[in-house]
Amino acid sequence: MVLVFFAYFALASIVAGVLTVALKHPVHCGLALLALLLHVSGLFILLNAEFLWAVQVIVYAGAILVLYLFVLMLLNLKTDDRYFHSSYLYFLVPAAIGSLYVLALLVRSPFGGAKGDAPTVAVLQEGDTYAVGIKMFSEYLLQFEIVGVFLLGAIIGAIVLAKTPKPIIDKREG
Amino acid sequence: MVPLSAYIAVSTVLFMTGLLGVLIRRNFIIVLMSVEIMLNAANINLVAFSYYLESMAGQLVALFVIAIAAGEAAIGLAIIIVMFRGKISTNVDEMNLLKW
Repeated sequence: MVLVFFAYFALASIVAGVLTVALKHPVHCGLALLALLLHVSGLFILLNAEFLWAVQVIVYAGAILVLYLFVLMLLNLKTDDRYFHSSYLYFLVPAAIGSLYVLALLVRSPFGGAKGDAPTVAVLQEGDTYAVGIKMFSEYLLQFEIVGVFLLGAIIGAIVLAKTPKPIIDKREG
Repeated sequence: MVPLSAYIAVSTVLFMTGLLGVLIRRNFIIVLMSVEIMLNAANINLVAFSYYLESMAGQLVALFVIAIAAGEAAIGLAIIIVMFRGKISTNVDEMNLLKW
């Protein structure tokens, strides 16, 4: 059953990703990106990460994508006739070859490693949100605060950038 | 039981799609969307390793990646608005002010 859901979410997210890159109209690309984000959040559910699922739906699909669509509709872009880069075939072939090679490497590798301190049974007992919260506010507190300062800086930077510039008055003449 | 390699294969394909989008698309907004695809691929990878190696660290880093993506989207879209106001189109080929 998990396999069926995994196959659906994986295939749908890949198709949505390809459509995001390949579609012509920017708004259609934004909607394909929305489909991608929702299906990736489905993959998070399969991996027992329901807190990240909620964050993905609320922050990514709810906030970031709405920001993108706002800007798209605000700017009223017209679609170009030639919307790919002029030399995209040069990139397409090496990218395809490279990803096939990495896929071939992935299928062969076992990915073992030392197990951490959060086995699935223990996480399922208290819930994923509890486990993430305990870890975040004990071990990762400094990183959490740094991200907070970063977001404040990003907000201030975005406001300063997008503000309507005042006309510069030459003070020497006045 | 889905093997870890399957998740990593999905993440690889998504990352390559996003990289291709950054390289071949000419609209700046679509380029930013392709960056979001790449960040999502990285998140799948982090969460999959967090589940299979039974550690919480991957999910926390994925959370920080989402926060960084939010900041990146805000700054990038502000830059797009500034470019558009200056009568420069959002085509990446025509943004050559800083080109030497």
